Amino acid sequence: MLPERFAEWFAARGWSPHPHQLALLDRAAAPATLLVAPTGGGKTLAGFLPTLVELASGAHRGMHTLYVSPLKALAADIRRNLQAPADELGLDIRIEDRTGDTRAAARARQRVDPPQILLTTPESLALLLSYEDAPRIFAGLRRVVVDEIHALAEGKRGDQLMLGLSRLQALRPGLRRVGLSATVENPPRLAEFLAPARGACGIIHADPGPDPNIALLETPEPPPWAGAGGRYAAAAVMDRIRAARTTLVFINTRAQAELFFQALWAENHEALPIAIHHGSLAREAREKVERAMVAGDLKAIVCTGSLDLGIDWGDVDLVIQIGAPKNVKRLVQRIGRANHRYDEPSRALLVPANRFEVIECRAALEAVYARDLDGDGRGDGPLDVLCQHILLTACAGPFDADTLYHEVRGAGPYRDLGRADFDDCVAFCATGGYALRAYDRWQRLKRTDGRWHLRDPRTARNLRMNIGTIVETETLAVRMRGRGGAPLGEVEEAFAATLTPGDTFLIGGQTVRYERLREMVVEVTRKPDRQPMIAVFSGVKMATSVELAHRVVSMLSDPARWHDLPAHTAEWLQLQARISALPRPDRLLAETFERAGLDHLCLYTFAGRNANQTLGLLVTRRMEDAGLDPVGFVSTDYALLIWGLRRVTDPAALLRPENLRAGLDTWLSENAVMKRTFRTAAVIAGLIERNIPGRRKTGRQATFSSDILYDTLRKYDPDHLLMRITRAEAARGLVDYGRIEEMLRRIEGRVDLVAAPHVTPLAAPLLLEMGKVPIKGAAQQTALETEAGQLMQEAGLTPEAKPAGDQFSRHVTSRHHS
Amino acid sequence: MTDTPFTLCGASLTARPSGALWWAEAGILCVADLHLGRSERMARRGGTLLPPYETRATLDRLEAEIAALDPRSVICLGDSFDDQRVPDALDEPVRWQLGTMMSGRRWIWVAGNHDPQAPDIGGTAMEEVARGPLTFRHIALPRAAAGEVSGHYHPKTRVRTRAGAVARPCFVHDSRRLILPAFGTYTGGLNCTSDALQTLFEDDAVCILTGNATTTVPLRRRESA
Repeated sequence: MLPERFAEWFAARGWSPHPHQLALLDRAAAPATLLVAPTGGGKTLAGFLPTLVELASGAHRGMHTLYVSPLKALAADIRRNLQAPADELGLDIRIEDRTGDTRAAARARQRVDPPQILLTTPESLALLLSYEDAPRIFAGLRRVVVDEIHALAEGKRGDQLMLGLSRLQALRPGLRRVGLSATVENPPRLAEFLAPARGACGIIHADPGPDPNIALLETPEPPPWAGAGGRYAAAAVMDRIRAARTTLVFINTRAQAELFFQALWAENHEALPIAIHHGSLAREAREKVERAMVAGDLKAIVCTGSLDLGIDWGDVDLVIQIGAPKNVKRLVQRIGRANHRYDEPSRALLVPANRFEVIECRAALEAVYARDLDGDGRGDGPLDVLCQHILLTACAGPFDADTLYHEVRGAGPYRDLGRADFDDCVAFCATGGYALRAYDRWQRLKRTDGRWHLRDPRTARNLRMNIGTIVETETLAVRMRGRGGAPLGEVEEAFAATLTPGDTFLIGGQTVRYERLREMVVEVTRKPDRQPMIAVFSGVKMATSVELAHRVVSMLSDPARWHDLPAHTAEWLQLQARISALPRPDRLLAETFERAGLDHLCLYTFAGRNANQTLGLLVTRRMEDAGLDPVGFVSTDYALLIWGLRRVTDPAALLRPENLRAGLDTWLSENAVMKRTFRTAAVIAGLIERNIPGRRKTGRQATFSSDILYDTLRKYDPDHLLMRITRAEAARGLVDYGRIEEMLRRIEGRVDLVAAPHVTPLAAPLLLEMGKVPIKGAAQQTALETEAGQLMQEAGLTPEAKPAGDQFSRHVTSRHHS
Repeated sequence: MTDTPFTLCGASLTARPSGALWWAEAGILCVADLHLGRSERMARRGGTLLPPYETRATLDRLEAEIAALDPRSVICLGDSFDDQRVPDALDEPVRWQLGTMMSGRRWIWVAGNHDPQAPDIGGTAMEEVARGPLTFRHIALPRAAAGEVSGHYHPKTRVRTRAGAVARPCFVHDSRRLILPAFGTYTGGLNCTSDALQTLFEDDAVCILTGNATTTVPLRRRESA
């Protein structure tokens, strides 16, 4: 029941509470509730209403409600939005946020005297729980609200949060949980994720609201064959921005956001206030944009995922998505950003970046109207996250293994965790868990009187520095040259390594010139007049869902349905049919062509990214065996593209199902996919310490690659816990061989090979895919020899003829200087 | 195995794909920066518990070189141990393995910045070693006489090829001096573009990349990565 004071408050604002807001209030005493509502459905108020009612009914000492969201910016935003109703209701309470950006003094005070409502992130909660005084900090806690739980549940941050909630539940047995979710395909699965015990979480469904109003943006100029930036549409997008109140322009990666922003400004003749926002920009730059957005000073923002979740900033009435939205769920959530009033349809425009994406966008639109959301379930909670949790638990104080095991099984993702796996994780944290028991003297955790504790309490500081489950590629800060040069953002270390002084690239919407690398900072100067090299710092690599891939194939293989496509796209498909062929069911189209001095082989399998990734490993192994010198491959949901030093003339032979698995395990364990997976698991589990900016050693002799650790373990301790975690994780991204063998058997003998004169219309978009897997085989050495020979010649250092019988090595004649 | 022969001050040397240096004429095998016991030292200092197999992995590779070449002398060019306490903490199988390799040949531990004192583990400890035209020491001296062989910097280099960039530990030499790559398993590298390395060499210096086979590129080249 809504207390009178609250009913009056709603009435005074001319509002009436949504049924789901009241339903959540009715369930206020339940141990756990999941609310599924579309964006703009008053989810946040629904989540906090029981808290405000309880706090209005009497004074509360200490923290009452903990709110956890995936984004720092969201925590700050909710604080602003919640303070107003609290004041208007006359509640004398403190609402504070606590994130990585909160000042140290404020953080210290929050531990001594917690606010009634604390707004935070999974990582900041894990940090709070690692303090010895955690029981005191959370002494009064009654409720936890987890916002955007659908986003958290997709990754390890959610697993870590659920372990944290189990810890909180142990400290506060009466704790009640509420999860707030956007529309998802499987609410019971999400409820089970949140539930403190099996079946202990109820679900409330809000009215899904009217169908969104989404259309493809028509442009006078057709989209290019390949390309991901959508720059051809800048003028048309600018027209729509002029006509709308406030526009959000979403684009899939940071580099694309930079380029599109630049193209947009070239069309922005009135100099309308348009800003850029993405995760690689310096915090100062991001905050400036956020403030301007809150103040309603911006006409449009070009952004990546950093603005993706339900932040309620300003009066957005149009969302424009550049590039295929990759999966339908994401599209619906993004569209929810427009017109935050929930009884009106949202307005959104899709801008395909190339012709292939026209087909993808069309398929996505059909899916939205069919309310056909996609998504794959994740498996059980990963053990690297559990290892981190165990180490952080030890930071808070000694623990008993039986009690902790019971507690961990209270977390949804770990409900089926076996005792043996748990014990392996404890052993890993204590001694490293190696078959060779080398660290009995130097254990991290020791057991005294049956309880585990840190051998050296000073290590707690390092362990806390390592909190979190997001392992980013190493990045370097970018600054303007000169004393106190302004921070501009960051680029990936691998990108920085390719720069030579004088190179130009885009960051924060401006073109800069690389000057030098100094103490791990990339120093640049302004260079507005030069055409930039493209900054290749990658954004989030997104997989198109398998469901969407299926819609795309069926559209592609059925010319009768092409009338739904713009004329230029239908023509483009006709061109593909003329130059090469169209993929057909139960046959496999293979194309070969040369590009950039490498021979390419493209296989159109339409089997989904995971299957294609595995197939890529299988086929390149056969190519390596056959001396075809593969160099790398990339897989998409539709196709597999392999490049190498030699042309493939018989793809059917590479796709024979016989003996496909022979020697596969060796090849799999040596490939780059496994090594990447290992590095992530090793950082999360605490084997490798994160590189904390500013704490990094400058002499790089001291640090070595995690690949070395992987190779060493593979040779000397292949069944180590981290190797098991790596194999399990890789298996999630690599499909079961059985399915591939089945597919190959279906198409065997029916491989249509087209030797194309150049890149074909369908293959063009693949050249820009991210996530390329290098093959470090014979090709690399061959190419290195060639390059080395040229370099020596250019430098005037003539390699001398080798003694007979040793054709590979070179003799360098020393020249004496006088 | 494809290796690279070259001469330094008249001595005919061979850069091995493993990162070891072979001077056939003198029967000398030279390796730099083994950093034995690195994981043990990190654990002792309360750091992370790295897989404790790097000492074995390093010695296995050294053993393979010794089996292949049967050197009369082995010179370990400093930083053989990650710190002074490591030699005493080596476990029995490792001592045994090391002992087997050392027996029947001259073994010299050159002092490094990680292991300045003589280890109590057999062999001879020296600050530097002079043999014919060559002088072996841990850290290169900027104004050393010609014929210096040293380690310390863990040089590595990166070459862009049409099959992608290749980054590997490397030897660096010109007509006056030679710097060896680190032989130890848990060792990173210092890029050859760094000033510390560049200033030690003349324009005709080359890098010999290690790996399955050795490959020679100029130290200074149009691309710097």
